[in-house]
Amino acid sequence: MLRQLEGSRAVAETVARCRPQVIAAYPISPQTHIVEALSDLVRTGELEPCEYLMVESEFGALSACIGASAAGSRTYTATASQGLLFMAEALPNASGLGLPVVMTVANRAIGAPINIWNDHSDAMSQRDAGWVQLFAESNQEAVDLHVQAFVLAERLSLPVMVCMDGFVLTHAVEEIDVPDQEVVDSLLPPFSPRQVLDPAAPVTIGAMVGPEAFTEVKYLAAAQQLRVLDEVPVIAEAFEQATGRSSGGLVSSYRMEEATIAVLAMGSVLGSVKDVVDELRDVGVPIGVVAVSCYRPWPLDEVRAALAGLEQVVVLNRAFAVGSGTMLGQDVRLTLATSATRVHDVVAGLGGRPVTRASIRSLLAAVIGGEVDPDRLHFLDLDQDVVARELGLALAKES
Amino acid sequence: MAPTDLKLYQIGTFAAGNRLLDPGDRSVQADPGRASSITSGHRACQGCGEALGARFVLDAAMRAAGGEIVIANATGCLEVFSTPYPESAWQLAWVHSLFGNVAAVATGVAAALKAQGREHVRVVAQAGDGGTVDIGLGCLSGMFERNDDVLFVCYDNQGYMNTGVQRSGATPPAARTANTRPVGSEPGNVFGQGKDLPRIAMAHEIPYVATATVADLRDLERKVEKAMSLRGARYLHVLVPCPLGWASASQDTIRLARLATQSGLFPVFEAEHGVVTATTPIRRRVPVEDYLTLQGRFAHLFGPDGRPDVVARIQAGADRNIDRYDLVTVVDPDGVDHV
Ligand SMILES: Cc1ncc(C[n+]2csc(CCOP(=O)(O)OP(=O)(O)O)c2C)c(N)n1
Ligand code: SF4
Ligand SMILES: [Mg+2]
Repeated sequence: MLRQLEGSRAVAETVARCRPQVIAAYPISPQTHIVEALSDLVRTGELEPCEYLMVESEFGALSACIGASAAGSRTYTATASQGLLFMAEALPNASGLGLPVVMTVANRAIGAPINIWNDHSDAMSQRDAGWVQLFAESNQEAVDLHVQAFVLAERLSLPVMVCMDGFVLTHAVEEIDVPDQEVVDSLLPPFSPRQVLDPAAPVTIGAMVGPEAFTEVKYLAAAQQLRVLDEVPVIAEAFEQATGRSSGGLVSSYRMEEATIAVLAMGSVLGSVKDVVDELRDVGVPIGVVAVSCYRPWPLDEVRAALAGLEQVVVLNRAFAVGSGTMLGQDVRLTLATSATRVHDVVAGLGGRPVTRASIRSLLAAVIGGEVDPDRLHFLDLDQDVVARELGLALAKES
Repeated sequence: MAPTDLKLYQIGTFAAGNRLLDPGDRSVQADPGRASSITSGHRACQGCGEALGARFVLDAAMRAAGGEIVIANATGCLEVFSTPYPESAWQLAWVHSLFGNVAAVATGVAAALKAQGREHVRVVAQAGDGGTVDIGLGCLSGMFERNDDVLFVCYDNQGYMNTGVQRSGATPPAARTANTRPVGSEPGNVFGQGKDLPRIAMAHEIPYVATATVADLRDLERKVEKAMSLRGARYLHVLVPCPLGWASASQDTIRLARLATQSGLFPVFEAEHGVVTATTPIRRRVPVEDYLTLQGRFAHLFGPDGRPDVVARIQAGADRNIDRYDLVTVVDPDGVDHV
């Protein structure tokens, strides 16, 4: 049933219907509304049995989830930005131990300078922590991905991050359908852990592994992570069967028929990108959109297939990697390494700067007009006067 | 097991063992049906106080909980020497996550058990002094403040032993460690720093705080049993001499633990809800030199270039403990305690 809901509220209600038994969280904008709503649901008994732990830090939050998950309970946490960094040590621990924790990341910039607004620097900084990373394009997709995330996590015994743009999605009120309890229950069976801390059948979890076996342990973990690429489409399909809604998956294409140029992006910016692409299609430009929903593990074959035969691809990234472009851009370049497609790496919407249709329009016009050098990282809507002045001042000081 | 009135003390090198006690009064270790939580084959150094302490703590906890326990272990010597893949010395459900998060991991385990309606399964967290007083203090303080149903045991060997004996916030003043060498005008670890975690724990007013050593294993077991009889956050701080880090003889581990208490350097007491309820009196007070001279980490304080001024400051610290906990008011006239 469609209701007017804030994105955070909808995600909280969805998570509650996934019946987590332990939630541990520490507040940080823009994640707060999600965990506040969950705290209410636990207090009123609407979500039970569930322990809501008000921990002393994000490091404590994820650590409590690690303990709870190892003890056989379905666990959930949520964070953003500095909070995700504060968890950093525990992230590969959760994935290394194969614990199916589900976490919402309400994507936000990381400081300094401190900035509470949206970009993807937080999730990108942890892209190789062994977590599955799913990116939501809309609040409806964020809701749907949470159900799929629990299914995926528990089927493969891997932790999953659902990334949704801070404020842009978390604080937006719109019509959203929260899947009914019966639907969620039909997709998500009770948690049956692969390994559990049980006095009746004691196991040692988290032993030290030396050089004689570490590589093999990691190889097997990587093989397990790659199974995500098989499972995600299967789960998305089952979700569509149950709800009639197509959500998630690995990669999706929009108006890519006969395209020679595409924009590749993740998250809520895709909405504006699609609008501009519609306009351009109306005037005959052969352009389409490739949306990456599953970022880690990187769906190399699917992205390659989606981009096959293009002359140019414009990668919009909400973060950047100094000296080597953008993270998403690197992955796309690797994917297209043997093809002739030109890759334009574009940094857009850092720290909450809106990525407007107007700026996408002029970016694409410049790309189509051959005015953008594919070998240089392009910063969308950069205030050239300010940076020129400051760089000039710096140069003057040096000389 | 109820505390016994019977007093038996080690005399000289002759250990008055359990075999002189009624079977009902014997320590957990002397029980043929003991749990044996940590088995032989682990790789602790000879004379490791931490291995001994952990074995007694966990066997007592196992007994108190009828075998229904789960252990969360911080990174450190205990974790490393007990689980070199593919071997494990643990005969109980055991999880290791990181160095600084064991209190939170244990909180999570306890929360999961509660949500599953399995609160009869008890949770014990254990860490070295570094994992407790330094890197783990944030999570531990949170666990105390929320009064989570976890017994947290700190095995205090007064340094980061696993990484090669560096100073921790529990290293005593003047001790030589790998990064507080006996050089300069203030040799060894600095004075006036360090954290007294039992008192920090008491400040959280949690149901139970106790200190103990591996010199008095019956006392240690009794405190574990007491802690296990309570719910909520409980803290047990166990002094565990480390032959490698202290540069002491392996056979002196028990002796050193006893001298630490008999000199006043390590007060043994219990507290409930922030109030001290019992102390173990010093029966035969010894000067701190008796304790210090058995350890290479204090060798720079003695000999021709010794530092009697520094030893006097250490003695002053011991005297302060004795005053604070009233450790020498009770005199046991028959007490014989040759160490
Ligand atoms: C975050 C982090 N920092 C540092 C280390 C390295 N480290 C491992 S064990 C240890 C010292 C452990 O000291 P303590 O907790 O006192 O235990 P002990 O080995 O003395 O029993 C250190 C510094 C680590 N594993 N993780
Ligand atoms: S270094 Fe110390 S604590 Fe570590 S195993 Fe050896 S004696 Fe035990
Ligand atoms: Mg130590």
